[in-house]
Amino acid sequence: MIGKINWAKSIVYLLLFVGALLSLFPFYWMFVMATNSKEAINQVPPAALPGDQLAVNFAHVLEQIRFFPALANSFIVSILVTIGVLFLCSLAGYAFAKIKFPGRTVLFGAILVTMMIPTQLGLVPSYFIITKLGWLNDLKALVVPGLVNAFGIFWMRQYIAEAVPEEIIEAAKIDGCSHFRIYWNIVVPAILPAFATLGIVTFMQTWNDFLWPVTVLRDPSFQTIQVAIRSLNDVYVRDYGMILSGTFWATVPLIVVFVVFNKFFISGLTQGAVK
Amino acid sequence: MSVIERNTQTMPVRTKPGRWMTEARKDMVFGYLSISPFFILFAIFGLFPMLFSFYLAFQKFSGIGEMRYVGWQNFRFIIEDPLFWKSIYNTLIMGLLGTAPQILVGMVLAYALNSALIRFKSFFRVAFFMPYVTSILAVAIVFSVIFSNQPSGLMNTLLGVFGVGPISWNTSEWGVKVAISTMVFWRWLGYNTIIFLAGLQSIPNDLYEAARIDGASTRQQIWYITLPLLKPVILFTTFLSTIGAWQLFVEPLVFFGRLGDVGEEGMTVVLYLYREAFRNNAFGTASATAVLLFFIIIVFTVLNYVLTNRTGRAGQLGKAARAAKKRGEAV
Repeated sequence: MIGKINWAKSIVYLLLFVGALLSLFPFYWMFVMATNSKEAINQVPPAALPGDQLAVNFAHVLEQIRFFPALANSFIVSILVTIGVLFLCSLAGYAFAKIKFPGRTVLFGAILVTMMIPTQLGLVPSYFIITKLGWLNDLKALVVPGLVNAFGIFWMRQYIAEAVPEEIIEAAKIDGCSHFRIYWNIVVPAILPAFATLGIVTFMQTWNDFLWPVTVLRDPSFQTIQVAIRSLNDVYVRDYGMILSGTFWATVPLIVVFVVFNKFFISGLTQGAVK
Repeated sequence: MSVIERNTQTMPVRTKPGRWMTEARKDMVFGYLSISPFFILFAIFGLFPMLFSFYLAFQKFSGIGEMRYVGWQNFRFIIEDPLFWKSIYNTLIMGLLGTAPQILVGMVLAYALNSALIRFKSFFRVAFFMPYVTSILAVAIVFSVIFSNQPSGLMNTLLGVFGVGPISWNTSEWGVKVAISTMVFWRWLGYNTIIFLAGLQSIPNDLYEAARIDGASTRQQIWYITLPLLKPVILFTTFLSTIGAWQLFVEPLVFFGRLGDVGEEGMTVVLYLYREAFRNNAFGTASATAVLLFFIIIVFTVLNYVLTNRTGRAGQLGKAARAAKKRGEAV
């Protein structure tokens, strides 16, 4: 009996370890390539262990693209979008959860429907709108459309409905608090964990966005890190060590943030799916 | 002094509109004000572009100059373009290869992760989730190096061990598809696993206990409890994967390096759209492609929904189990 249980358990562990290995291996490979010279990468068989060329490869990256300005751009855009999403989504979420106004149910339903529509299909007209606004090659083109989204509102509404008791709001109203004061002084402190989760999810998604930035940021001096890294591919003779060292340094900050905050992140994405 | 004076003056002014501003009116104003940013931004950057796509699909437009109404000509052009059909075929194949195994393997991994007495659970969760956190761009770059044409590429080196000659991954019909499907599979597997895991954890343990007492085998438990109760989650991930698969874009783009280099083996529908718009300056045909893709996605969403609902027997069992649980709580 004991032997049988151990056997089943080792299969489970084997599965999980193989899965983890496959999930992590490309990161290792990225590091190996980023730290090896072009020659070591192109020999047969290729270098399989980390080398000592990390700094050299990264120096080549700095010759090719404006790495740090692009990193700063990504950071500015992601921070602004995150602040906008946290504020506007929680405000709307509070309204939908706790305030009665005509059409509330229908409007909330409308927001859910917009989550189903793949808005990327409006890519071409969106590009013209941005052109008309004069926002081409301007970070505003990334920030403004991202300031509030349907998923955030939906998620915040669910959270506020559970986390903020009706009685506190009623009591505050009797004391003469305005709705905004209730939101700011009662709701916001009560939903700080939700802010952490939605904030980190939004930050990462904005940081990683590629299709929209590559469409509206064409000038090399106004690129996000994703767009800049892609342009490393445009060189005629591809130097994989150089390309991957750029990719590595663009990926590391985010991986660190994720590993530190992974609890918030994972719970944020799964709650939306299961509930 | 002056502060106090101002206060006594403004107080009555503030209460005056208060009489007109009833509680219900205040609620209304605040409610509409706080939800309006979403609706305004969505109207400008979501709804309007979508509707305008439908308009633009019937125009000839090169980005500058006048638009000209051309009727169904853009649609005719696309439908007669073999490359468009090739892109549909490619998207279907790569979508299927990339997502179907992902859902199956994801369920197995989630089941393993959910089994009792597993140590390092949080390590596994973080490891599985890391690909999803990485940008598609980084994933595509790393995999395009792993699947490089040179004999020194990792895949070709591994195949060389088995005596298989180096494959030109980005010029052969199946090489491209295998490479790109692998990227999709790798990036989304962990996400689906974690979603399935959350679904599994939401199934109450007493259901399994009751089944075990009634003498149900592990296979019966999976078949009659786990799968039916997991159905909404399966539906959700299939839905997301299907929509995601139709929008495949960055992986092939980066795999080939540049927009101009994308071979027809790796052309997807969104790449076709993007190429028409930003390389050929044919914004009319690009929009017509978007409109067709829009309907394709709707059809697939409905199909998804109907097919998953067809497994009605399993669904009813799930409902029965939930009802049983409720009754149990009442007692």
